[in-house]
Amino acid sequence: MAVEKFTVEASHIMMFARSVGDDNPIYYDEEHAKGTEPGSIIAPPTFAQASAQFDPNYGLRPKVGGDGWFGSGGKLSGAKPREGGGGGGGSGGGGGLHAEQRFIYHRHLKPGDVLSATTKPGKSWEKQGRRSGKLVFSETVTEYRDQNDELVITAIGVGVRTERPVDQG
Amino acid sequence: MALNASELNVGDTYTERLVEDLKRTQIVMYAGASGDYNPVHTDEVFTTKVAGYPSVFAHGMLTMGMTGKMLTNYVGDGRLAEYGVRFTSQVFPGDTLDATATVTAVADGVVELDVSTVNQEGVEVLKGSAKARVD
Repeated sequence: MAVEKFTVEASHIMMFARSVGDDNPIYYDEEHAKGTEPGSIIAPPTFAQASAQFDPNYGLRPKVGGDGWFGSGGKLSGAKPREGGGGGGGSGGGGGLHAEQRFIYHRHLKPGDVLSATTKPGKSWEKQGRRSGKLVFSETVTEYRDQNDELVITAIGVGVRTERPVDQG
Repeated sequence: MALNASELNVGDTYTERLVEDLKRTQIVMYAGASGDYNPVHTDEVFTTKVAGYPSVFAHGMLTMGMTGKMLTNYVGDGRLAEYGVRFTSQVFPGDTLDATATVTAVADGVVELDVSTVNQEGVEVLKGSAKARVD
């Protein structure tokens, strides 16, 4: 994943906090936030994941005018699952799942921050799974930098590709 | 409110209910906010008939995000220094999740926590750790 420009906006923070069921007013009420230790609205801890919205090549978003999306429409599936996403930027491609995620906060994000992100591949390893056959894990390390080129968040993601869907039960 | 190191002991725990009877709509909200539109989270037809799962399921990152609410409520706004998890089991619509932080160390103004989220059957769906600044 490479993101050139991820502008952190208050309304996006509000929607993200709602989606994880967090009604802490520091995520939407500027007046309240002024009286808190951070002194302004900040983003919830996993907000950097929403950088996927700003990655032009993110594979898990239908593209305007692009080739077929793999979700259902008139048919059960629009296309074959495609590659993309990766462990750091989402929960993997069509057959991939998100196995691990870690964030290191050098400071917390706030509205007005303009981030860029670069991702490097990390380790890769294989394991035999009980419920889903051979598992191939791959790590990505994403560095988020702010408008002053300061490192603000380091995100380490691990994606896993399974041989077959995970057996239930 | 931040935590005070002098009042923390190894083994202390803090638990919160994250969600009761998880709705598909909340998963849709997370897809929209995060930008991860993988149909296995929102498209029941695709997920059951093509991907081979019993129903759509939550993004691991939704579980991590909900668990983050427990953590920030415990350690205070802007106090997290590190937060990492493994997704150990899938979360499905209808699940009820409880998350617990357990103090594993307190030193040099930092508390270290084990983090665990379990479903209504006691199955751990997320396992991780966190570090936060304390007073």
